[in-house]
Amino acid sequence: MAFGSYVVMKNINSSVKQGSIFVVMGNSGSGKSTLLRHMVGLQAPSQGDVFYDGKSFWSTDDEARRAQLHKCGVLFQNGALWSSMTLAENVELPLVEYTDWPPADVRNVARLKLALVGLNGFEDYYPSEISGGMRTRAGLARAMALDPEILFFDEPSAGLDPITSRNLDRLILELRDSLGATVVVVTHELPSIFTIADDSIFLDADTKTIRAQGNPKELLQHSADAKLRAFLTRGEQTDGPTINSDLMKSAL
Amino acid sequence: MNDAVPEVNLAVEQMNGVLKIQLSANASGAAGSPGVDVVRKALDAAPGVRGLRFECTEPIGWGSRTIAFVRDCADLSKERKLELREDGLPDGVQRLLRLAQAVPARKDAQRSADKPPFFQRLGERVLGSWEETWAMFRFLGDNILALFNLLRGRAQFRWADAFLAIQQCGPDSLGIIAMINFLVGLILAFVGAVQLRRFGASGYVADLVSLATLRETACTMTGIILCGRVGAAFAAQLGTMKVSEEIAAFQTFAISPIEFLVLPRMVALMLVMPFLCVFADLISISGGLLVAVSMLDISFTEYVSRVVHVVQLKSFLLGVVKASCFGFLVACAGCYRGMQSGKSAAAVGEATTKAVVTGITAIVAFDGVFAVLSNALNI
Repeated sequence: MAFGSYVVMKNINSSVKQGSIFVVMGNSGSGKSTLLRHMVGLQAPSQGDVFYDGKSFWSTDDEARRAQLHKCGVLFQNGALWSSMTLAENVELPLVEYTDWPPADVRNVARLKLALVGLNGFEDYYPSEISGGMRTRAGLARAMALDPEILFFDEPSAGLDPITSRNLDRLILELRDSLGATVVVVTHELPSIFTIADDSIFLDADTKTIRAQGNPKELLQHSADAKLRAFLTRGEQTDGPTINSDLMKSAL
Repeated sequence: MNDAVPEVNLAVEQMNGVLKIQLSANASGAAGSPGVDVVRKALDAAPGVRGLRFECTEPIGWGSRTIAFVRDCADLSKERKLELREDGLPDGVQRLLRLAQAVPARKDAQRSADKPPFFQRLGERVLGSWEETWAMFRFLGDNILALFNLLRGRAQFRWADAFLAIQQCGPDSLGIIAMINFLVGLILAFVGAVQLRRFGASGYVADLVSLATLRETACTMTGIILCGRVGAAFAAQLGTMKVSEEIAAFQTFAISPIEFLVLPRMVALMLVMPFLCVFADLISISGGLLVAVSMLDISFTEYVSRVVHVVQLKSFLLGVVKASCFGFLVACAGCYRGMQSGKSAAAVGEATTKAVVTGITAIVAFDGVFAVLSNALNI
């Protein structure tokens, strides 16, 4: 991962288990979002490749890459909804482009997706007319439009209050369980990390690679890495693995 | 820092191998900040000094400049490997100093202040220009391919977006186009009338105005107006969409931003421009009519019959075709700059400015190409 001659991350090797929630964590500027951009086809890695079901993503032709993208849904920070369209139109557009369903079905499915994220009745609102949390949820509805096998979330809780953030975590868990989708989340929000993650990687800006890998709760319990512990405890504890039980309780 | 906080006076004194920096309150508050150069000079004058010590003989009112000075002294002591004793400083200053020193400066984060050599800068500039030109041609090529896709019915394209853009480019622009072209017709007739009257050829003012309008001014002025009005708006719209990652969202759905965002705007301008050009032709010729009737004693019928007599279909069509071509250029310039925009408010503003400059330059350059071609083809 590099911008020109500036290397952001190197030797990133990791795999995501189907049906799991995989969290990419790390401090600000460690390259989490750049890694996500490589995974969703927005930016080619300077070296290496991304594999879906063992098939190369970046060494293939545009057509195959487009086909893979249809199986992915991406939720950007703050939703990135198309501002000139209503919420319903935002969800409908991928359906119109990639299905041959009649307009009534498209509309119905869009309403269903919005209802799933708690936006029933807001179909005809424009993104500028709703709150930040609602925009994120609408972005999630749009990401789910094509029933993707893999959902990517880029800092979903950014700028949201704790309650909205927690509800979003619940929603992510609910969607994983009910849809059976694989979820990849880029975040540095500790409560979210401990609530949702099955597996995770911790990116380190100094060593420019993966510093730790595993379930965050287990990492907190067993890892002796001071930097990882500092991250997972908001800098309150760097020695381990014996940890203050109150701190552990509050973290978990 | 608040001006009311008096800065400190500085006195430096060497004693037993330790340089004592004495800070005292400055009642006037008007003096400049204490400078580390005084300490440096004192250290140069006394090579045997092994440590630095601060002393405040009375309570001092300190501001950010005092703390900056103390920090400079700390850096200086580190540079010269001297022992620094901070215990003579007020408690708040000590705490702020520790806070400022808590995170060491990241060497790789610092930007080099050195200016690269001339040839390096020249080379980088040339490479940058080459890349930009290449990107512009690639964008142009993508647009032409998208147009072919549209003609084959395979483009990801919504006519609703095109109609919205048509509304913005057409009806909403009629007022400004009418005003500018009326004035241009008026000016053409007025300037022409002054000259033609000297030769007793005032009647030819209708020829002058109509030919100049149909072949050159109407389409060019309309193109420039739309460049400022619509091209800039396109750049700002797409630039803002880039900032809010809306364009990235299209890409993740494998929806081509060129076909979905650029194509409707381009089609709208290419369709609307010929009509706007005909409208501008009529308005501009009317401007000439006003001058002819009011200043040159040419009757309405005489003016109109001369216009009808002199105007040829090929001149009219040349203007209309040029207008459509200018529409393509304006849309390309606006959308290209918008899509290339950086991700900040300043970058969107810059993209808007560049869109207008690129659009107007392209219009004038292509107008020259048309002039040569029409001359060669005897149009």
